[in-house]
Amino acid sequence: MQKFFAKNGPIISTYFLISIGFWIIFLIIIPQLYMLDLSFRPNLPPLLRGGEEDVYTLTHYKHFLFGSETSKDAYNYVDLKVFFTTLATAVVITVLSLCFCYPIAFYIAKIAEHKTARLLIVSLIVPFWINELLRAFALRILFAGEGVINNALINAGLMDNAINFIGQDVALFTGLTYAYLLLMMFPLYNSLESLDTNQLEAAKDLGSSTLRTHWRIVIPHAKAGIASGSTMVFMLTAGALATPVVLSSPNTFWFTQLIYQWFNMNDNWSRGAAYSVLLLLVSVIFVLLMMKLFRVKVGEIVK
Amino acid sequence: MSADVELQNISINFGDFYAAKDVSVLIKKGEFFSFLGPSGCGKTTILRTISGFLEPSQGQVLIGGANMAGIGPNKRPTSLIFQNLALFPLMSVADNISFSLEVRGHSKADRRARAEELLGLVALEGQGDKKVHELSGGQRQRVAIARALAIEPEVLLLDEPLSALDLKLRQKMRSELRAIQKRVGITFIYITHDQGEALTMSDRVAVMNEGRIEQVDTCQAVYEKPKTPFVASFVGENNPFSGEVTACNDSHVEVLCDGNKFVAEINGNDCQDAQKLVVGQKIILFVRPESISIKKNKSKTQNSFSAQLNSIEFEGHLQNLFLTTQSGVKVRLSLPNAEDIDHLTAGQATDLTFSAQKAVVLPEGNLAVD
Ligand SMILES: Nc1ncnc2c1ncn2[C@@H]1O[C@H](COP(=O)(O)OP(=O)(O)OP(=O)(O)O)[C@@H](O)[C@H]1O
Ligand SMILES: [Mg+2]
Repeated sequence: MQKFFAKNGPIISTYFLISIGFWIIFLIIIPQLYMLDLSFRPNLPPLLRGGEEDVYTLTHYKHFLFGSETSKDAYNYVDLKVFFTTLATAVVITVLSLCFCYPIAFYIAKIAEHKTARLLIVSLIVPFWINELLRAFALRILFAGEGVINNALINAGLMDNAINFIGQDVALFTGLTYAYLLLMMFPLYNSLESLDTNQLEAAKDLGSSTLRTHWRIVIPHAKAGIASGSTMVFMLTAGALATPVVLSSPNTFWFTQLIYQWFNMNDNWSRGAAYSVLLLLVSVIFVLLMMKLFRVKVGEIVK
Repeated sequence: MSADVELQNISINFGDFYAAKDVSVLIKKGEFFSFLGPSGCGKTTILRTISGFLEPSQGQVLIGGANMAGIGPNKRPTSLIFQNLALFPLMSVADNISFSLEVRGHSKADRRARAEELLGLVALEGQGDKKVHELSGGQRQRVAIARALAIEPEVLLLDEPLSALDLKLRQKMRSELRAIQKRVGITFIYITHDQGEALTMSDRVAVMNEGRIEQVDTCQAVYEKPKTPFVASFVGENNPFSGEVTACNDSHVEVLCDGNKFVAEINGNDCQDAQKLVVGQKIILFVRPESISIKKNKSKTQNSFSAQLNSIEFEGHLQNLFLTTQSGVKVRLSLPNAEDIDHLTAGQATDLTFSAQKAVVLPEGNLAVD
């Protein structure tokens, strides 16, 4: 600390400490602690808060697992299903996003000429100037029963009846993959960009096929980028709200929608808080497990 | 197995710019052949053409007599060592070396054995489990060689692989490379802008300038019988004197350079024979710094001239004298350290001489810039 002050001078050091401190304490620790605390309290009308009924309880977590006391089921199948479907879908979206971004990022980083690469990057970024909600609605227009795609296919005489893209959740998968595309693209691009092109040629010269070169040389090199992109896409997808609301089929329910309901419609903040805490906790555990599995260290991700 | 490599009228252009122009050369099998030339003269371009990363705009590459047009780098019997080595940093040394075998589906035990064998060849026994970054520069160099040799190529292509090493190590690696080449017996095609490197290792050298080959010859011939002013000035140190021919016969040529009359012996140099120097022709006469000596007495001898001494530089076994003639031509002189020059002081006029045998007269042309 003294060293830090000596190196950067008192003004800059104080500025750093205050801004970072503010960021960590007010934007991360306090709200999360408040949520955590809330999640262990019963849902009481404002008058009773702080009274003798306001004691720590696991009731919301129990509700998530076992459902309401009046229900006949052993477990809260409805919420659990939504929870795990959300996580599983987020995994699928992450994989889709990776599969989609990897070739493009590789092309931009290693194959395209300078000018083409720049053009491609710009055309990837520009659509993201549009608000997330608007983009979701745009996809809805595209995929709707009477939407652009269906109309085009029917008019072209390729089929007779409209495909229910939304009911089949095609729209949801597309929308979610698209929503966080750049968060996969840029870490991937960055790590691929730093690969020495001579290594690709060396592998080729030694007789390696394109596939093997990618498997043995490119992917190991880009592992940190893949991990960092996947983590972000997974977290954000699991926590997405706007896109699922607009694009999911009537019978697909996203876990965040559930949380939203507890907070807003049912006015049960502490249950909403408990559900949020669960989502955060399980997502973090999941990501850590994945990183362990793929032998990536946390430090590498921020590279 | 070893193969010869023939380049037939190779030209390579990037737009209007020709990186190689009409390059033809036959590299014999088992030969240590170097392309020597200044930076940017197209050496890497030529090597990439031989290895198949670049298709020539015109002409063809034959390896072992077979035309290589349309055959990719992974299908040619060549192996390339890159300017920056391009070892795979995330693999162990042994995995690096046996990568080409892994590609070909050899078993793990097979690969291990071959890696050990090659590590032995490059004097790195037992270092197979290390990571690349744990090795020194010279050791990495050797791993790159071992990796390139693993598939038993017929031709090994080396793109300035020693340029990243320091002087001592570079000199050590030179003789080691040469020894490895002798042991494996395949064709080595070596690229360098360092003439010392080319001359100490090669059987033959091609001197390149601006995409063209100026001369292909043995090291000795390139040094002693340069065919163009570029070769004369690029390979080793040389003193050029511009002038013109005043007389010429079968054995000698007499020239006038800035009022000094010089005589040079025609020593079987193709260029001098073929082009038959004629009276009045503009020429450059070259004398090496070590071929000029200080005249001891005032006797009148052939090829003597006078110059003013500017400075003396001590260089281990040699001492370099820098002089300027009356007409402003700079002259460099290298004397063995044993020679006593205590009587010389800067600013002093000095009489110099060289033998007709040691002088080379070439038709006017571009010199190498340094
Ligand atoms: N892909 C390319 N596009 C345009 N010009 C190129 C390309 N590759 C090489 N050149 C040009 O061709 C010329 C020869 O390049 P090359 O890499 O063969 O030089 P070199 O002799 O290997 O030089 P060095 O000793 O510096 O490595 C250079 O002027 C270079 O700018
Ligand atoms: Mg080069």
